[in-house]
Amino acid sequence: MQVPPPIVRIRDVSKAYKRGTQILPVLQNITLDIAEGEFMTLMGPSGSGKSTLLNLIAGIDKADRGTITIGGTDITTLSETELAAWRSTSIGFIFQFYNLIPVLNALENVELPLLLTGLSRKERRQHAEMALQVVNLPDRMDHYPSELSGGQQQRVAIARAFVTDPLMLVADEPTGDLDRVSAKDILDLMCRLNAELGKTIIMVTHDPRAAERAHVIRNLDKGVLDNVSDQAPL
Amino acid sequence: MFLIKLLFRNAFRHKLRTTLTILGISIAILAFGLLRTVVSAWYSGVEASSASRLVTRNAISLVFLLPSSYREKIRQIEGVKTVSWGNWFGGIYINEKNFFPNFAVDPTTYLDLYPEYLLTPEERKAFIHDRKACVVGQLTAEKYGWKLGDTVTLKGTIFPGNWDFVVRGIYRGRDKGTDESQFFFNWEYLNESMKKTAPQRAEQIGFFILGVRNPGQAAEVAEAVDRSFKNSMTETLTETEKAFQMGFVSMTEAIVIAIQLVSFVVIIIIMAVAANTMAMSARERTGEYVVFKTLGFRSPHLAGLIFGESFVITLTGCALGILATFPAAKAFGDAMSTFFPVFYISRKTIYLDLLASMIVAVSAALIPALRVTHIRIAEGLRKVA
Repeated sequence: MQVPPPIVRIRDVSKAYKRGTQILPVLQNITLDIAEGEFMTLMGPSGSGKSTLLNLIAGIDKADRGTITIGGTDITTLSETELAAWRSTSIGFIFQFYNLIPVLNALENVELPLLLTGLSRKERRQHAEMALQVVNLPDRMDHYPSELSGGQQQRVAIARAFVTDPLMLVADEPTGDLDRVSAKDILDLMCRLNAELGKTIIMVTHDPRAAERAHVIRNLDKGVLDNVSDQAPL
Repeated sequence: MFLIKLLFRNAFRHKLRTTLTILGISIAILAFGLLRTVVSAWYSGVEASSASRLVTRNAISLVFLLPSSYREKIRQIEGVKTVSWGNWFGGIYINEKNFFPNFAVDPTTYLDLYPEYLLTPEERKAFIHDRKACVVGQLTAEKYGWKLGDTVTLKGTIFPGNWDFVVRGIYRGRDKGTDESQFFFNWEYLNESMKKTAPQRAEQIGFFILGVRNPGQAAEVAEAVDRSFKNSMTETLTETEKAFQMGFVSMTEAIVIAIQLVSFVVIIIIMAVAANTMAMSARERTGEYVVFKTLGFRSPHLAGLIFGESFVITLTGCALGILATFPAAKAFGDAMSTFFPVFYISRKTIYLDLLASMIVAVSAALIPALRVTHIRIAEGLRKVA
């Protein structure tokens, strides 16, 4: 059987931050492949560089060295404008604190990334409604973020992340601000998106229970990626 | 549509702050509009001047008069179509507080030269034929409740005595810029009286008004008139009506400049207020703008959101300010009608209001927009977290 090419191909990526005159290495010679449809978790202590690696994969930060190829596109060669266009079609980002726009209701928040597509207003509405149905919030479409619980807000944020049908979803501590029950709901939802829609998911988490839901767990420590720890899909 | 809705929701997210900012902008636009209208009123005489009219007066000063015999000489100068003449009468109605400009003029030629003073044919005829007739502007007539046929008595200051006039016409201005406060009566009435009471003051004219055939040759005609009386006992100074009126305005130029400066200071102050509001809004929403960037929105989109919000706030304030300017200008104009007989909000003032608002909107949004468009997503996300 032929092995499909990885959707994410990272080669010798390094990243350092400047603090005054000091240069602090955050990631060192990272090489990583992520297969299409994989659900991978990045774990590690605070400051280990996992969010930085996630940002590099999502195209919202730039590597100092190395190459990152996503779905055949070397994003390290893209300009800021090209990266923005690429992100709008290829990446769905899920934040720890949901980051919904407070003056837009759930439906409008989900519709937001579709403004960058060529869809008509009616089509945008249909896509957003469908996405909210997938995350089981069809009755909360007109609700503003302040009228939703944390778990519901995160579900809206997930709907916003996949409504454009991106290549993959990246999630930075998606359950970090939720209680246990809501966290479980969110992880169930992400697993469902992975299993049913085949979405590749890369998730950063501190929570071992959350990490257990992934197929693969990779650990980062002081900017260095450790050995592979494969898990059976749930 | 979606983004416009977002602009309005963003603009009114902090209702109190936005309301106060809009209120500030409205008051500033109201003040700016009123001050600009005062400046326009100051120049109303200049603006109402016609390019085809020249004014000839004594070269030494307007206080000194010219002999009426000049009339025929001027009439013969090439390029002169019509010659009219008049005297500043300086009469007082009841007391000095009741000021309005009053002149003795030659009715036929004067009305020919000033078609902007609209009279009915009957009024015109009555004014020409009745030696004691006077014509008064609508503003003054309304102010003192004068009607056609009323007798009005003015107390002469330059020409002593009580002078009775019969109101034979009430003129309206052809356009908004026409002064409707003036009072004219027949020059012959003044001259005849002078012949009887002070013969040495008879046949003396304060100013000639010349209608020229071709406005393009006004300068040459003016020069020809003055050349005709060069080295005479009474030399003349002829200038365009505009220059003549400007001579009065320039006496008070410092006040006009001060008003203009204050009007611009008002705009600069409100610029700072609006900029502060926009800076606060943009700073509070840095996290949201970072989310927009993460979703793939680019710098022009974000700049559009910030500039759009600034325009929503500023133009709302501008619209309210303009609306408030009309009743305020009416009240101000009514109260100050003695000083500003022509007081109306011109289209130019409205355009200046809009222009000032747009400058405020752009300058208020400029720095926040630059900041937001330059923020790096990763850095912004760290701040949000």
